[in-house]
Amino acid sequence: MRLRQNNLLMLRKLTVVALGMFAFGYALIPIYKHICEMTGINILALGEKELPGSGNARLSKADNSQVDTSRTITVEFDANARGPWQFKPMQSSVQVHPGQLMSVMYEFQNVQDRSMSAQAIPSYAPSEASAHFNKMECFCFNQYTLAPGEKKQWPVVFVIDPKLSKSVNTITLSYTFFEVGSKTPAAPGSKVSAVSVSGEGV
Amino acid sequence: MSAVLDPHGHGAADHGHDDHHGAPHGWRRWVYATNHKDIGTLYLLFAFTMFIIGGVLALLIRAELFQPGLQLVNPELFNQFTTMHGLIMVFGAIMPAFVGFANWMIPLQIGASDMAFARMNNFSFWLMIPAALMLAGSFFMPGGAPATGWTIYAPLTLQMGPSMDASILALHLLGASSIMGSINIIVTILNMRAPGMTLMKMPMFVWTWLITAYLLIAVMPVLAGAITMVLTDRHFGTTFFNPAGGGDPVMFQHIFWFFGHPEVYIMILPAFGIISQIVPAFSRKRLFGYASMVYATSSIAILSFIVWAHHMYTTGMPVTGQLFFMYATMLISVPTGVKVFNWIATMWKGSMSFETPMLFAVGFIFVFTMGGFTGLILSMAPIDLQLQDGYYVVAHFHYVLVAGSLFTMFAGYYYWSPKWTGVMYNETRGKIHFWWTLISFNVTFFPMHFLGLAGMPRRYADYPMQFADFNAWASFGAFAFGFAQVYFFFFIVLPTMRGQGEKAAQRPWEAAEGLEWEVPSPAPFHTFENPPKLNADANRIVA
Amino acid sequence: MMNNIYKKLETASLALAAYGATAAWAVNDLPGGPAVNQLNLHPPVTKIAEQQVWLHWFMLIICTVIFVAVFGVMFYSIFKHRKSLGHKPATFHESVKVEIAWTVVPFIIVILMALPATKAVVASKDTSNADLTIKATGYQWKWGYDYIKGEGEGIGFISSLDEKQRAMSDSGKPEPTDDYLLKVDNPMVVPVGKKIRIITTSNDVIHSFAVNSFGIKQDAIPGFVRDTWFRAEKTGDFRGQCQELCGKEHAYMPIHVKVVSAEEYTAWVADQNKKMAAKQDDPNKVWTLAELTAKGSKVYEANCQSCHQATGQGMGPIKGLDGAAVVLDADSSKQINVLLNGQNNLTMPAWKQLSDTEIAAVISYTKNNWSNKTGQLVQPAEVRAARQ
Repeated sequence: MRLRQNNLLMLRKLTVVALGMFAFGYALIPIYKHICEMTGINILALGEKELPGSGNARLSKADNSQVDTSRTITVEFDANARGPWQFKPMQSSVQVHPGQLMSVMYEFQNVQDRSMSAQAIPSYAPSEASAHFNKMECFCFNQYTLAPGEKKQWPVVFVIDPKLSKSVNTITLSYTFFEVGSKTPAAPGSKVSAVSVSGEGV
Repeated sequence: MSAVLDPHGHGAADHGHDDHHGAPHGWRRWVYATNHKDIGTLYLLFAFTMFIIGGVLALLIRAELFQPGLQLVNPELFNQFTTMHGLIMVFGAIMPAFVGFANWMIPLQIGASDMAFARMNNFSFWLMIPAALMLAGSFFMPGGAPATGWTIYAPLTLQMGPSMDASILALHLLGASSIMGSINIIVTILNMRAPGMTLMKMPMFVWTWLITAYLLIAVMPVLAGAITMVLTDRHFGTTFFNPAGGGDPVMFQHIFWFFGHPEVYIMILPAFGIISQIVPAFSRKRLFGYASMVYATSSIAILSFIVWAHHMYTTGMPVTGQLFFMYATMLISVPTGVKVFNWIATMWKGSMSFETPMLFAVGFIFVFTMGGFTGLILSMAPIDLQLQDGYYVVAHFHYVLVAGSLFTMFAGYYYWSPKWTGVMYNETRGKIHFWWTLISFNVTFFPMHFLGLAGMPRRYADYPMQFADFNAWASFGAFAFGFAQVYFFFFIVLPTMRGQGEKAAQRPWEAAEGLEWEVPSPAPFHTFENPPKLNADANRIVA
Repeated sequence: MMNNIYKKLETASLALAAYGATAAWAVNDLPGGPAVNQLNLHPPVTKIAEQQVWLHWFMLIICTVIFVAVFGVMFYSIFKHRKSLGHKPATFHESVKVEIAWTVVPFIIVILMALPATKAVVASKDTSNADLTIKATGYQWKWGYDYIKGEGEGIGFISSLDEKQRAMSDSGKPEPTDDYLLKVDNPMVVPVGKKIRIITTSNDVIHSFAVNSFGIKQDAIPGFVRDTWFRAEKTGDFRGQCQELCGKEHAYMPIHVKVVSAEEYTAWVADQNKKMAAKQDDPNKVWTLAELTAKGSKVYEANCQSCHQATGQGMGPIKGLDGAAVVLDADSSKQINVLLNGQNNLTMPAWKQLSDTEIAAVISYTKNNWSNKTGQLVQPAEVRAARQ
């Protein structure tokens, strides 16, 4: 009898623990968000998802910073088209001071005979530059749908935070333009395509 | 007949119970096995089979690399060989073999009648069979086996055929098996030690397995997470590792190596434990510095969690990251060095004899330390820029895994097989096996250091001709090494399993300590059914 | 038993000697590449590589000294402290003083080793103030080089393994060749003594760009850019290979960096610019079939042959071109589209980096080679129109 009672108690405790672990799994999503914000790890996503506009903390921070004329940073622009479309920067590089607002254009053309949706993903070299490269406006914030043959020019407006480490004075900003829903291409000449490379959205 | 095959072997300490328990016979004995000795035997035989399969793959690789040019296989199949050789050896040979040793020896060494969860133990073993069939059988799936290297980096894994999914399932099963086994080991060690055996009086093999089991529980789920993310990226529209959807291929490497680095310590810590039993026995002297051996092993285990990115120095980490991981990795050499010094101090002024277990143990200390030094050299990020993904790395990890883990398993086999089988192995043949293995091992892997320094990359089916001579040596050595292991099985192991050999004493090694030597050879099917009364040092039974 | 072993060893050594005597692989050292039976790192051509070579010697010497000392002690013990010599075992089994000593001393040694290493790490990461920036893009299975800043800006080309060497590998009996699997059609050319920043990225899976003589290695990650740098102090031809498993042809995408004097570099840039302009050439020039097929045959050999084979039969899942409907079709737009944009989810890659003339030439070649005798041809102007 004692044994049965003990077992029931144990069962109850274990059920609570199991439910708790399950709930913890769900709670991980907001927990991760908070931890990343607190520690500042989540640099890339934060920069991209923020929309320009008033009340935006990052934007106002940049407004308040002075232009640091003692430093000149060379920003190089790179473009990678991951697919059959044309994509290039209109300028290959600019010289800019930290705190100075700068705008450059990228050109994109859908040379196919079908319309497509595309998303640009940015990347920075050296990687420590990404934390201090504030994009006020960028075509990488949104997806775009282009008709066949359509050509577009888009701006990137950015300001470099003066807090950027003194050892960095060249930054390469690179975009790769992916078709929405595209996956890793199959290896050339491969027999099996286990993953479909769909053209339309997922 | 040895106890390995005959459950009714009568020993002095336990007898008479078997008959009215209805000790199992025939296929049921093995399929429904709950006896730790039987399960240990199953694990060891399974591991040896996988070792041979993985070894054949290695020989196919070395046969292709014997000369420049593609003589035997196309590069895609070659990559499948390298991948499956790695996966089978790591998950099918090394890890199960150590679990086999754990199953056989831990209950004996702590004076317990069996493992805590005998039926879960059975499940842990039998889970591995379908997993192994899937891994080995993946060659016959459309597109062949995965060809990504055992490290299965994304996004290359996203290009693989259905065998990638089968391998992911196999790894899940093996992971589950390991986690259940580890739970079993921890509970057994913490709860079922004979009275008087405090933690600091346990044999070192038990200590190293206790620590290893915690490592396993901590990191196998991480691997499970990584491979599940690969699976969903492949089939369910997620983009964890696909930059098009905001993902990052390097994140896979972080997650994989967070598992992968403790994994390599999982593969070596039990080996350290076995050596810590054998060296004192054959030096006729107590292990030097027992307490610091325990602390050193724990430090290695804890440090192993913070060094993973030394596998990723070339991925583009910022300077601070490279420096941190470099310092942490260099730090691990300190407790490892302490262990080596302690073993040598155990030998110092002892009274040594060099039967085969001791030969392998001393061989291990010598050759594993070489592997340790090349690891220290690789940990230096600037040097790693020259050597990453080349043959120096291949040389390093084969020195620590083959000359490390595998030699220890041979040592453990020679040391404990009299207890398992009741007969002594043939000492002359054991010595032949040792020297043949040691020499061919070095002929195979030493030249790879030079190949790596000269820049030969790994996972290459063909190579510039300046590398030809060293590759030829390595291939020659590999075949010699392979034949040595075939010799081992047919001329040493099989005879003892059949009971052919001199009858083994209860304590065949005069200075061997541990409760396993307090039971007859072969160990009866059931041992320590009642907890034994122990002496003050907890290594002898007092009547 | 022992006689048996000696006999086996004898036979084996004789076999090996015989093999060695045939010296089938009588190649020479490759300057800037591997030396025959090379034992150490490549001779350094940059200050960073010099630091790496120094660091390696430093570590090797320290480790060897420690190794000899420790195992000297162990082997001494093995020889002297044996039961067979009657040595009786001592009983000591711990000593706190000794344990602390051999924990603290290695700890200090490790810290001393870390100091020069730290300096080298920091130096190798400083990519600022480069004279020239080149992007190296990894493809399955070749490299693309784009000069994105500095003298030569705008130059871009693909660098692939020499086709003949790839075929030699398949044959299983490659002729002794000093630069086997290290020869490319278009090497990267850089000026000596200038700081070159290399940006790496990839078009598909992870590759890795490495040149051992420069001491650089940087993974090329799809969707991301990474950077590294070098300043070559000597002119010459320097080699590397892809250093991250990237699929079946991983061993067949070498790197060749040609370091030349400043004047030679300027001349090369001018030449490249002329070639690029020529590729744009007269958009309305009308080519004859003979001119096109002659050029097309070279384009085919350099780009298509490895998959579609010299026989045009293809192999396995790779479609043959000999007798293929899309090739024989009088409406060339389909074939032009396949070449510009790829097919089957890029199992057939896109070739839009080839010029209009090259694409027109290779299409015309396929239409008039093997058993295909269509007499059709495609002008570069058609290809140019298809790109719009």
